[in-house]
Amino acid sequence: MNKLVIFLVATTVGYLSQQSVVRSTATEIGNEEQIIRISASTFEFKPSEFTVKRGVPVLLELTSQDRHHGFKLSAFELRADITPDVVEKVRFVPDKIGRFTFLCDVFCGDGHEDMSGTITVIE
Amino acid sequence: MNDLMNRRDLLKIAGMGVAVFVSGTTVRAGGTQQKENDSFYFVQLSDTHWGFNGSNINPDSQGTLKKAVAAVNALDDQPDFVVFTGDLTQTTDDRKIRRDRMAEFRDIVSQLRVKTVRFIAGEHDASLDRGEAYQEFFGDLHYTFDHNGVHFIVLDNVSDPMAAVGEKQLQWLQADLQQQKDNARIVVLTHRPLFDLAPDWDWATRDGAAVIESLLQHQNVTVLYGHIHQEHHHMTGHIAHHSAKSLMWALPVAGSVPKKAPIPWSAVEPYKGLGFRNIEAHVPQGRYTIEEFPISKGE
Repeated sequence: MNKLVIFLVATTVGYLSQQSVVRSTATEIGNEEQIIRISASTFEFKPSEFTVKRGVPVLLELTSQDRHHGFKLSAFELRADITPDVVEKVRFVPDKIGRFTFLCDVFCGDGHEDMSGTITVIE
Repeated sequence: MNDLMNRRDLLKIAGMGVAVFVSGTTVRAGGTQQKENDSFYFVQLSDTHWGFNGSNINPDSQGTLKKAVAAVNALDDQPDFVVFTGDLTQTTDDRKIRRDRMAEFRDIVSQLRVKTVRFIAGEHDASLDRGEAYQEFFGDLHYTFDHNGVHFIVLDNVSDPMAAVGEKQLQWLQADLQQQKDNARIVVLTHRPLFDLAPDWDWATRDGAAVIESLLQHQNVTVLYGHIHQEHHHMTGHIAHHSAKSLMWALPVAGSVPKKAPIPWSAVEPYKGLGFRNIEAHVPQGRYTIEEFPISKGE
């Protein structure tokens, strides 16, 4: 297999403000495409936190479990619609380190305002 | 500076053609300030979120809107009309509850002495069903009306859950603007900011730049909106944008905290950050005076 697939370990780390946070940590980050699968549902992303390596291409595979959601990551000028039964693929190369917020930008209901997550970019 | 100005905390916003008063009373000083010829005023209320329930955010969620209605009714000099700039109700997935909330809201605001009331939808009212229930209760999502020489344009940037006005409405807007003189007095009423105030906080309209570009063809345009639950004043070219406070909860200044969240209720300063406002239109000058009123416990 030409492509090194990064295996992600999704771990539920606890409860924060009555909302579970699922954090994904790359067990190995190489120099080939990093694949992150994110599931959206009212009103959370799973995982809501993940880590990638700067300069290494990232493929986001976005799916929805229920309704139309959005994915917006302003720090890298990314956005996509996430609709049920469709795997939305978004590619980018993180070119700066830090923690960046992504959010749902399609109004999806009473918990919409809380539907966000964090991407951490490391060296 | 006249007496009225001397008695109040006057905030002048340089270059915006507007004066903002912060009033400590809900009794408008209509008796002491003669209205100019060719001027009128109206009241803007916003983000009432009827149906919201959260005691740490607003323990008087059932009473704040009613207090605002009573406060408007107590104004010495009644406004020509009242506008509600969106989020009349708190959103819900339940179709019946949504309609129940809209019916309750309509009943409460029917107690206003002023009988000309204009409604604008917010995303909480209209995004989940593309405005279906809203239109049953409050009518069209976008429309125009004229009052004493001012052309009002109500824009819908919420019934599309992606926060867009959309090409069809944009064409409708452009057709309407073509009917107006270049120096027509135009006031746009909408819910979301038309400019990119804070897109990461959902404080923007996706195609707002196209709307503003169309509006810039006219010399005298003012935008009044809600959504951000606080006062904010901004210029895009010669167009002034003014946001209103909420009548349910206040929000922090964009970017001042890591995550947007309602400001908790203060027992020391109840209703802090909540309120409504009067807008006086000085039509010949194409100028507006905004007077902010708080909500207080006894009203």
